[in-house]
Amino acid sequence: MNKQASPAITATENPALPSALRGATGKEIIRALGMLPVLVLLCIGFSFSSDNFFSLQNLSIMTQQASINIVLAAGMTFVILTGGIDLSVGSILAASAVVAMLVSNFPQFGMLGIGAGLACGLLFGLINGVLIAFVKLPPFIVTLGSLTAVRGIARLIGNDTTVFNPQLPFAFIGNGEVLGIPWLVIIAFAVVALSWFILRRTVLGLNIYSVGGNPEAARLAGIKVWAVLLFVYCTSGLLSGLGGVMASARLYAANGLQLGASYELDAIAAVILGGTSFVGGTGSILGTLIGALIIAVLTNGLILMGVSDIWQYIVKGLVIIGAVALDRYRRKDSART
Amino acid sequence: MPDSPAALLELRKISKTFPGVKALQDVRLSARAGHVHALMGENGAGKSTLMKVLSGAYMPDPGAEILIDGKPVHIDGPLAAKNLGVSVIYQELSLAPNLTVAENIYMGRPLRRGGLVDRAGMAKACEATLQRLGADFVAATRVATLSIAQRQLVEIARAVHFDCRILVMDEPTTPLSTHETDRLFALIRRLRDEGLAILYISHRMDEIDELADEVTVLRDGTYVGTLDRAELSRDKLVKMMVGRDLSGFYRKEHHGQHTGAKALTVRGLSDGRRVHGCSFELHSGEVLGLAGLVGAGRTELARLIFGADPRTGGEVSLNGAGAVLNIHKPIDAIRSGILYLTEDRKGQGLFLDLSVRDNINVMVCPRDANAGGVMDGKRAAQRARDAISQLSIRVASARVNVGSLSGGNQQKVLLARLLELAPRVLILDEPTRGVDIGAKSEIYRLIDELARRGVAVLVISSELAEVVGICDRVIVMREGHLVGEVGGGSGQAITQENSVALATGAVPTHTPTLH
Repeated sequence: MNKQASPAITATENPALPSALRGATGKEIIRALGMLPVLVLLCIGFSFSSDNFFSLQNLSIMTQQASINIVLAAGMTFVILTGGIDLSVGSILAASAVVAMLVSNFPQFGMLGIGAGLACGLLFGLINGVLIAFVKLPPFIVTLGSLTAVRGIARLIGNDTTVFNPQLPFAFIGNGEVLGIPWLVIIAFAVVALSWFILRRTVLGLNIYSVGGNPEAARLAGIKVWAVLLFVYCTSGLLSGLGGVMASARLYAANGLQLGASYELDAIAAVILGGTSFVGGTGSILGTLIGALIIAVLTNGLILMGVSDIWQYIVKGLVIIGAVALDRYRRKDSART
Repeated sequence: MPDSPAALLELRKISKTFPGVKALQDVRLSARAGHVHALMGENGAGKSTLMKVLSGAYMPDPGAEILIDGKPVHIDGPLAAKNLGVSVIYQELSLAPNLTVAENIYMGRPLRRGGLVDRAGMAKACEATLQRLGADFVAATRVATLSIAQRQLVEIARAVHFDCRILVMDEPTTPLSTHETDRLFALIRRLRDEGLAILYISHRMDEIDELADEVTVLRDGTYVGTLDRAELSRDKLVKMMVGRDLSGFYRKEHHGQHTGAKALTVRGLSDGRRVHGCSFELHSGEVLGLAGLVGAGRTELARLIFGADPRTGGEVSLNGAGAVLNIHKPIDAIRSGILYLTEDRKGQGLFLDLSVRDNINVMVCPRDANAGGVMDGKRAAQRARDAISQLSIRVASARVNVGSLSGGNQQKVLLARLLELAPRVLILDEPTRGVDIGAKSEIYRLIDELARRGVAVLVISSELAEVVGICDRVIVMREGHLVGEVGGGSGQAITQENSVALATGAVPTHTPTLH
């Protein structure tokens, strides 16, 4: 290995070679499209295997099912972009859902259940963030601990039972529509849009990419690394709280033990499928959206085909591996994980 | 050009085309046994590509001719090259730190005994080679415990152990101290005298002066010419490498204001380990050099001033009578107008996955942003465009990933980032390390321009010619202390000899090459 610039870049730097420039732009386009071709292929494939796939009703069901994962995956994108990970999102979702339900059962609070759920998520995210940003513990270990502890707290708060609220004031979030579009979907896309804006258009967003790409260089450039880390984990917690509100609104209930179990895996899968690098520094929220949609399409399509539960897991896992392998192959020149 | 039939290695009509670019065009090289043949050229000239063709890492375009001992050979892979006696030592050494020296030497072709790896046998066989090379470690040592200089020795041992006849070394002295460099050169001369042909790639004129019997220069993938030792001159080499006259290479048109306004005063700065009670003054419009041997503590001193490392004592103040600054972290220094260009641009400076535009704007965008933290995209794009044109950064667009740029252009991007903040005090740590000649002269021009505009510039450099060429005054560090000053009002002229004398603490009998 030597430090000479790779030949392809010499071409890009040489304005006298227009064909090379065109080639580089072509590669950029392919890279930007990311996993979209995979999503399109899956949709096409499933539309052949089942007549119902492209029906409005099915699309509605599919996007609703995807929406909670999209919200969690958005928070996960922030975290993974900094080179970290948040394994506790499923547990935080459960705890927040239980809190939201409990609060909503008080007649004088009702809608404040939403705020309570969000606050609960934010609080757990804050704890994660403080441990990671200030005590400087590894994110994997910290969030692995919260995954377990918060799950216990969720069960504790709900007295290890299911908390119901048949007259849930904010049930419309999980079941209602606006102009034919389900609230769940609206919330999910709003989260994506806001995340995109923060990541692409604000100084904070650039700082997130910088910290993820090279934390020491970020520090020397005067970026407050602790603040960036605190922000991403708080965001992940907050969005998990939102996910909890959405899930419990849908079910009119929340169970501390079962709700959100393994949700973190789908969230991480969506982020990685979407092209965000595990070591941080590169990736996009739009990629995550496509990744989450791929997972949703897969799940939905397989159910429609009547494939059994067991095979769904196997196929999903293989598709994730295959899609990521394909992506690495296409991006051969960038040797990052 | 030497074309004697005694040439051990001959490369003719070597071309290499990658999709969209011709990295090598009809290059030739002729190396003789028992000679050190240097290969020079700017970044992107094709030196490494040529060596990769020789080592079997790349396949040349059809029509290439490689002759060893006058006989045409076909190198279709690294193993073929090794079997023909060609060994390449890259700058990023290819050793496995978790394995022992013997295991590394035999990597890929271990000695076997009854179907099992014969570790004892390998260790014993290597000892002879290691002793021959003057190693101060044994074959059973784990490579992870060795210094860079020692690891380099392992690589050389690996080459020599399998009877290499053509040894290629790619910029081997970059990570070495002076002492280690001297030992390496002694070893190279010994190997040369034993009959090896040594191909030596380097940017450094001093090294070429010391070692090379012949020099071949490449430029933009083409063969420019070969000079014999007797005909060697720096000006000739520079002209061949750059293709244009670079007289006035070291620009100094500003008037060093060493008696001018004080911009930065450092008093008694220490970190309790590598820096002890350093004090100096830096003036506006002055280019102050900080010289010393590798390991003297110069980078550590700079980082203390910048707040990158914690200090145990001392103070830093601006503008002479100004209040003492409270600098505990980089952002404090930045707010006071003190900026630091790290010597490790890839590891601690640039964000390699981000675009040129983002890298340039990352520190200045908070100033352009509105109250909500939303970036001003248009201003950012304009800043990037202006910086690219003002610093002559060679890049197709500001959206290109900075990781793909050459060393010189990367350095310029990092400089552009700092300059966007209009610093009062600029500390440059090895600003031209790993930078090609053309970009170097542009950086010197920039430093000169900054000084003319009143910026106080502190330049840390291990390249003495550079220090002598661009600095108004030089302070010298040795083992954590500031031991002296040349130039400015000190009465002594800035010469390499004066700087070296202070840096080494003795008057040398010859001028060693300082790296």
